Amino acid sequence: MTSISEQFGREDWSRFSSRQKWQRFAIFAICALAIAWSITSIEVVWAWVWDAPGQMGDLFERMYPPDTTNIASILRVLWQTVNIATFATAFAVLMSLPVAYLAAQNTTPNRATLWLGRLILVTSRSVNTIIWALLFVAIFGPGVVAGIVAIMFRSIGFVGKLLGEAIEEIDKRPVEALEATGASRFKVIAYAIVPQVMPTFWAVAILRWDINLRESTVLGLVGAGGIGIILQGAIDTFNWPEAATVLLAILALVILGEVISAFLRRRIL
Amino acid sequence: MLKITDLVKRYGSGDPVLKNLDLTIEGESVVSIIGSSGAGKSTLLRCINRLVEPTSGSIELNGTELTSLRGRQLRAARRKIGMVFQGFNLVDRLTVMENVQSGRLGYLSTWAAIMRRYPKEDIRRAFELMERVGIAHYANTRADQLSGGERQRVGVVRALMQNPEILLADEPTASLDPKTSEQIMGLLRDLAGELKLPVLINIHNVAEAKEYTDRIVGMRYGRIIFDDAPARLDQDAMDRIYSGSPHADRSGDLRQAS
Amino acid sequence: MSATPDTWRKPPFIANPVIRWAVYLGALGYFLWVGATMPIDWNRVADGIGRAGRIFGGAFPPSFERSGLLIDGFLESLKIAILATTGGVLLSIPIAFMAARNVAPMPIYYLGRFVIIVARSFHPVIVAIIFVKAVGFGPFAGVLTLVVYSVGFVAKMLAERIEEIDFGQVEAMRAAGAPFFSTIFYAVFPQIMPRQIGLTIYQLDSNLRASAVVGIVGAGGIGATLANAFGRYDYDFALAITIVIVGVILISEGISGQIRKRIG
Repeated sequence: MTSISEQFGREDWSRFSSRQKWQRFAIFAICALAIAWSITSIEVVWAWVWDAPGQMGDLFERMYPPDTTNIASILRVLWQTVNIATFATAFAVLMSLPVAYLAAQNTTPNRATLWLGRLILVTSRSVNTIIWALLFVAIFGPGVVAGIVAIMFRSIGFVGKLLGEAIEEIDKRPVEALEATGASRFKVIAYAIVPQVMPTFWAVAILRWDINLRESTVLGLVGAGGIGIILQGAIDTFNWPEAATVLLAILALVILGEVISAFLRRRIL
Repeated sequence: MLKITDLVKRYGSGDPVLKNLDLTIEGESVVSIIGSSGAGKSTLLRCINRLVEPTSGSIELNGTELTSLRGRQLRAARRKIGMVFQGFNLVDRLTVMENVQSGRLGYLSTWAAIMRRYPKEDIRRAFELMERVGIAHYANTRADQLSGGERQRVGVVRALMQNPEILLADEPTASLDPKTSEQIMGLLRDLAGELKLPVLINIHNVAEAKEYTDRIVGMRYGRIIFDDAPARLDQDAMDRIYSGSPHADRSGDLRQAS
Repeated sequence: MSATPDTWRKPPFIANPVIRWAVYLGALGYFLWVGATMPIDWNRVADGIGRAGRIFGGAFPPSFERSGLLIDGFLESLKIAILATTGGVLLSIPIAFMAARNVAPMPIYYLGRFVIIVARSFHPVIVAIIFVKAVGFGPFAGVLTLVVYSVGFVAKMLAERIEEIDFGQVEAMRAAGAPFFSTIFYAVFPQIMPRQIGLTIYQLDSNLRASAVVGIVGAGGIGATLANAFGRYDYDFALAITIVIVGVILISEGISGQIRKRIG
């Protein structure tokens, strides 16, 4: 009687087939090449790189202890930052409703409007808030208007895309039923589509508000209002302790914003 | 009275799903349509309220020709046709009252609809109908919290709120368990009598069709091949309606044509 | 038998009327009061419409004359993105393990979570400013900034994935007497790898977008070119740069979407 090892013994095994091995190697090689190219051709003064930890440490030393003498005006401007984010998000969310309607295949009137809706959303999403801010500071001058409009323009794309996807994913059967009762298009939307999309609507609005809170902290750096102005001022005058206070205030704001949005999400959804 | 003449529905260039159908439904009768899957029952029903566009033929409801209507006139015509669906087709997140009142959307102003300010007569009628079918205590409950049978009752009330001239039911009991199924069929039959309403029901369950309806129309592959009282539906007729396959029918037709 | 009711109101979303009215009035009050007291120079805004016309007039047609500069800037952004993704993802793995409740002991867990929270809370532009001040202008600051940005996202997502793994597989390895790292490699890594790869690709795309922007504060890449163009009122060049940025973002979004669909 032959033993198991005589019958079935094999000494070779590999997890990947030969072809797979070549594929994995190719992918690995491409990544390694990309990284090597980046490292070698990037314009970096390597002396500074080795110096970096020392420099960072030096910077943090200068920030400590944080200077709270101007905390009152910092908090005031921080409140203004919150308002910029809130107003801009509210306007953007309202304006994204018709755009999402146009950009959803099952609600858009025709191919031209579908294309238009999607174009608006893509343009809005692909241009970063700061770039919009640069544009609107050039148009409206420095101040909160540029900041609010910049955040609005960026947020419409974000909210509109997610809303459009939600509209496309609804259960179509109530839509059919209400059309069969002879209701006009508008009423069919109000009763069959809107209630289905509502949870996503609120979730996306709250999410974008949270993100915009962060975005609005940097608008001031290009002149579009908010606490970025104070931060820029402190850094330009090498007032590191005050800069540290501003940074801590921003940290507190963002954490508070996350707590509030988590709370709202739990209550509403 | 519903009068269908020479109705044809063809998708693309293939064989027509409905082939030159003639059917007349007088007021106050409960008519069931039976046939195997693919016979065209659902298509027939949906051609009546134009959820599916007929290719040719005439559909007349109480004197109005339905096939040529569009826009506002089509909506006005649809208001008079109530429909009950196999999947209930309710708006899950809305309350039962809102779902029921959505049957009146064709009659309600946009503002009243959005603000949920329903006219007193509509609210009264809704409560009366809900009481009649046994769901009045669910008025403020979200539709997705009801059982299948209860949801279908909501669907029935919604259709009746339209004060329709005819009620169409597309396999209303296919998603329900046998006991609930019989309750709904009984409800449809009783309501037809109470409201003097013609009812057209697509149904799979031939036993229920025999028990709860006055007239059975048997379809096979796009044609009506049986139209008589339930008592006359014998085994022979059943075989003609249900046996065989669409493929055999198709080759049979081709042979006939050549 | 009682009469049939003829009135009906939909049950409101917030049941308690006190809270409901407080919320409505509070929201209304907030928007009215803040809206009225916002420091807006309406004259300037009205002017703005006119300026907008002039700017858009100046921006069309987009000028690709200095395309050399454009390409240099874009390539630098690309390099920043590649290096930042590499560094960020490598750094995220240990941090994610530190921030996973089922793997890390309590104090380390809090430390890990804290690191992630700080990394996420600051907008990359702010982080860029700090790094620029610390290590000087140029792409190195950009790479450091986006490493922090990557850690904030990738480590958080990875930690969540680690918390969701099937612990039975770890148990089995331990029962067989495997040492710590072998357990990690055999039981944990295979479960988190697909998510890890998806996150890496997503983050590469994300970093490409962000690298276009950190240049505005001096951290290298095409953002610097763009800020210069705006500063010099070269709106046609600015439009050209923006078009390139948008185009690159769309292409990379498309590619990363395709790759993630293949491996997902």
